[in-house]
Amino acid sequence: MDIFYPIQIFVNWLVYTLFNLKGSIFGEALNFFIYDSIKILILLAVIIFAVSYIRTYLAPEKVKKLLSRRFEFLGNMTASTIGIFTPFCSCSAVPLFIGLVESGVPLGVTFSYLIAAPLINEVAAALLWGLFGWKIALLYIVSGWVISVVAGFILGKMHLEKYVEDYVYKIKMKQGLKAQKKLQKERISESLGETKSIIRKVFLYLLIGIAIGAFIHGYAPENLLTQIAGKGNWLAVPIAVLIGVPLYSNAAGMIPIVSSLIEKGLPLGTALAFMMAVTALSLPEAIILRKVMKLKLLIIYFSIVAAGIIFTGYLFNWIL
Amino acid sequence: MKIKILGPGCPNCKVLEANTKKALEELKMKANVEKVTDIAKIMEYGVMSTPALVVNEKVVSYGRVLTSEEIKKFLK
Repeated sequence: MDIFYPIQIFVNWLVYTLFNLKGSIFGEALNFFIYDSIKILILLAVIIFAVSYIRTYLAPEKVKKLLSRRFEFLGNMTASTIGIFTPFCSCSAVPLFIGLVESGVPLGVTFSYLIAAPLINEVAAALLWGLFGWKIALLYIVSGWVISVVAGFILGKMHLEKYVEDYVYKIKMKQGLKAQKKLQKERISESLGETKSIIRKVFLYLLIGIAIGAFIHGYAPENLLTQIAGKGNWLAVPIAVLIGVPLYSNAAGMIPIVSSLIEKGLPLGTALAFMMAVTALSLPEAIILRKVMKLKLLIIYFSIVAAGIIFTGYLFNWIL
Repeated sequence: MKIKILGPGCPNCKVLEANTKKALEELKMKANVEKVTDIAKIMEYGVMSTPALVVNEKVVSYGRVLTSEEIKKFLK
């Protein structure tokens, strides 16, 4: 049984009985909006809390320890797995990159982490679960993981060490600090704080996204996109990726809109590629990484991740 | 006493700096509080999670925003 069924009953009662809007398109759209908002907020809170809690065990010092003395490929897999639970944030990305390079972690393994951290995003996963079901959310996580492993491995084989900024190699870290010990109480309060702050940050975008999604759901004609962006159009996947890159901060708002567009004929692979481009490739991220990478390396890195995302988009359009 | 706040300038670093100054004020202590934002210098302390607090060249805390009460323990 759908665990969200009681919410649907409540929303049906609210919109159809209390507001007396049964049968109207507006009522349909309003029902969709309220139900989706409640369901997604619950999922977001639960998933962000769980991920934040796991993250308290993955301080950068710990990540460094887990990844040093790892061989390629197995290292790429470990790094991508850690990347699932860690965000890409300006406070940690650069120090971690330097720390990993300094302790001799292969560059390709470091890249696997750098790709997975932003690509597999817990807010996106929660939204996909809420709007498409857990299978699609899992598909997103697994394909993101595979992209990170493979792209990191390829980057490692390209011998790009000379394109890391020179000063990175000159840094010698004085003492090896261990991850600070934390009490269970601290971990929980930290995770709660993190959950609140993320939800506060995405809340508005999310509601706007769901509202636009509800509008499309209620008013846009069926098959709106089948002609222009359907499976027959091979350019749709790369174009979706290009549109996705500048939309970084609005990932929470984009996904509900995309979910409504799928109803109107947007193929799932194209949609998935779009959402991955929104989370994985962004200008702020490029600016942060430019501090440690020469421009050429940054371009190679972005190109390989984009290629991986486009490939995934085609793959899912083809198999689903 | 020499105090350094290590951090590339994220919001948490500013909170730690403010809390440190508050702790100093409440203890009526005078100390030189320096902000270190250069990532290479931060890394030389072995710190990967910012913000970090350094008292007399010793890293006493990293990866967390201490309250002014917590900071006082390191200043005494």
